[in-house]
Amino acid sequence: MAERPRITPRDAGAVPAVREDLRSALPAVEAERHVTDWGRSERVEAVVDRLAVDVLYRLWFRVSVEGIENVPAHGGALLVSNHAGALPPDAAMIAKAIKEEHPQPRPLHLTVEHFFKGYPGFSMLLPKIGAVPAHPANVHRLLWDEQQLVLVFPEGRKGTEKLYKDRYRLRRFGRGGFVQAAMRARAPIVPVAVVGAEEAQPVFAQLSLLQRLTGLLYVPLTPTFPHLGPLGMLGYLPAKFTIRFMEPIPTADLGDEPWEDQALVQTIAHDVRARIQDELDDMLAQRDSVWLG
Amino acid sequence: MRARRILITGAATHWGGALARALEADPEIETIVGIDREDPVVELERTEFVRVGAQHQLLRRILRAARIDAVIDTRMVVDSTTATARAAHENNVIGTMELLAACSSTDEPPALVFKSSAHWYGVGQDDPAYFTEDMGRGTRPRTALERDIVEAEAAVAEYAERHPQTPVAVLRFVNVLGPGLRTSHTDLLGLPAIPAILGFDPRYQFVHEDDVVGALEHALRQGLHGTYNCAADGVLAWSEVAGLLGKLPVPILAPWGTGLSAAALRPLGIRIPPEMLRQLRFGRALDNRALKTTGLRLRYTTRETVLKLREHQRLRPLRSRMGEPYRYEREVEEFLRRSPAARGALEAPGPDAGAPRSGPAGGFDALEAEEVVAVLDALDPASLQVLRAHEAGNAARPRVLAAIDALIAGRG
Repeated sequence: MAERPRITPRDAGAVPAVREDLRSALPAVEAERHVTDWGRSERVEAVVDRLAVDVLYRLWFRVSVEGIENVPAHGGALLVSNHAGALPPDAAMIAKAIKEEHPQPRPLHLTVEHFFKGYPGFSMLLPKIGAVPAHPANVHRLLWDEQQLVLVFPEGRKGTEKLYKDRYRLRRFGRGGFVQAAMRARAPIVPVAVVGAEEAQPVFAQLSLLQRLTGLLYVPLTPTFPHLGPLGMLGYLPAKFTIRFMEPIPTADLGDEPWEDQALVQTIAHDVRARIQDELDDMLAQRDSVWLG
Repeated sequence: MRARRILITGAATHWGGALARALEADPEIETIVGIDREDPVVELERTEFVRVGAQHQLLRRILRAARIDAVIDTRMVVDSTTATARAAHENNVIGTMELLAACSSTDEPPALVFKSSAHWYGVGQDDPAYFTEDMGRGTRPRTALERDIVEAEAAVAEYAERHPQTPVAVLRFVNVLGPGLRTSHTDLLGLPAIPAILGFDPRYQFVHEDDVVGALEHALRQGLHGTYNCAADGVLAWSEVAGLLGKLPVPILAPWGTGLSAAALRPLGIRIPPEMLRQLRFGRALDNRALKTTGLRLRYTTRETVLKLREHQRLRPLRSRMGEPYRYEREVEEFLRRSPAARGALEAPGPDAGAPRSGPAGGFDALEAEEVVAVLDALDPASLQVLRAHEAGNAARPRVLAAIDALIAGRG
């Protein structure tokens, strides 16, 4: 017994250690099921698509897509996008864009705050339409083990809390966790710029008193919320959406354990952020009308 | 080193009994000793049962006398409705410590296979979708049961560190389902409709009881060392579980004040322990790949495990009228193992037919009916009686039974 593993590592953190490649031992897909092991439900997704996403995509936001070929047809890839709106429609539109425009449509997994897992209703619905809690281990399993597409919003809550007057100004990109996740999985990063979400659901103010009373993540003041009740969260204005996928940034050949190199991680995080910001500025400069594009 | 002399703790539990039966069939294993506070619930063939609690002086004497080289510990209480908090603590923590103390005090500490539980990880909002063995717990244990399991595993880890030459395997099992087992999960899933927390549809993973026995046996035979998750492939949503059972999930538990609404169900006979309430809210799944790569093949996926349960649920009303449950009678068991008459009868066919001998009767069942009939003439009446009882209780081949009956009738 040369290498004797410890029975319980006492210093175990949340991030998976570098382990042997166990991809061949992944469970097989059972054809009889309509729900994946992540809780994603074909049926619910189809219903939501037919009732809401399809209409929003084609008629309401009239989404136009550029650079769809930059989304890899195989293997894991981490999509990184800007984020805005009280209940942001951007994730659903990006997923729909890949489904509609890509020559080889693939499911997209969206990372969401752990908060939603504890919130009745959201906890039930979100996994069924492809959301997973933003745990580093979850992202790693999707990207590396299952070779899937994952979408992250590194701005996180700072993006959705942002007010209308700050539109299209990217917030800080966290601590670069998304770069580390991509490096560990040796998956390329695909920056995505979305124009339109800021105007579709402008946030005029954050109602901190109501937030404290309800225990929600945030209570924004939008054209339809909160005065029209909870469904007002879904009140979107018909802004024209443009989604631009940028060239992938490879992370496979950055040397040994590049995720330990904080400087490199920060450099790439800043680079991705700058690319998205530049692209947004470019798209905004070309845009004639908020509503017509 | 291949373990040949096995001690099974918790021999009266479902696991201990099933495991002993599985090992009895293997002629390579010389001795199986089962210990527990209670009497066994399944009929055992050649396992020596000792009724003893976890007192390390007594255990040490058994370990030494029987020259035990591997211990399988199946004692753990992993469902807080099956024992009071105090009894569970006594069993899970104190019992483990006593057992490990006894193991440590032998000249050559035996290998250990320790049956633990996924409750070690707890259930939390910030948990990953799949726990791997190298992950720590996110939060401090929230229920008494989790605390005990964490403490027991810590003691096992210490045993492993103190005896670097000894293989120590810790298997963390997810919730088990099976026809032979009654847990708070099988109780809940046996209701006409499946309770759920309003607004939650947690991810659930199960493992079949046969696969649990298989995994423990695998860990013993391979001399596994380290901690392994044991869960079936596939993770189901709670609503999917209900659907597979042909039942409706009913969200009768309130999302806030869930404990209170669970307490309100108590008068109806529905007991939902705190660790299960957390699972019903957040769900939990384990990454089972490390154990799979050691060569273990589980027979059932989570989905198939639930389908097996459905089969059992539908057949139960028909089966409950059949057969008396097994009762352990010390004198009978002693007679079967010690009496020359009993032993003569059960061993006779073995050498004559050249079949592998795996103890008093293990090889007998492997013989063809013709071969058994051929040697019947050589037996005396007492042996025939014992053999008949054994045949009726096991293979029950009509040819053999008829031949024995004819002989007994002829001589009498």
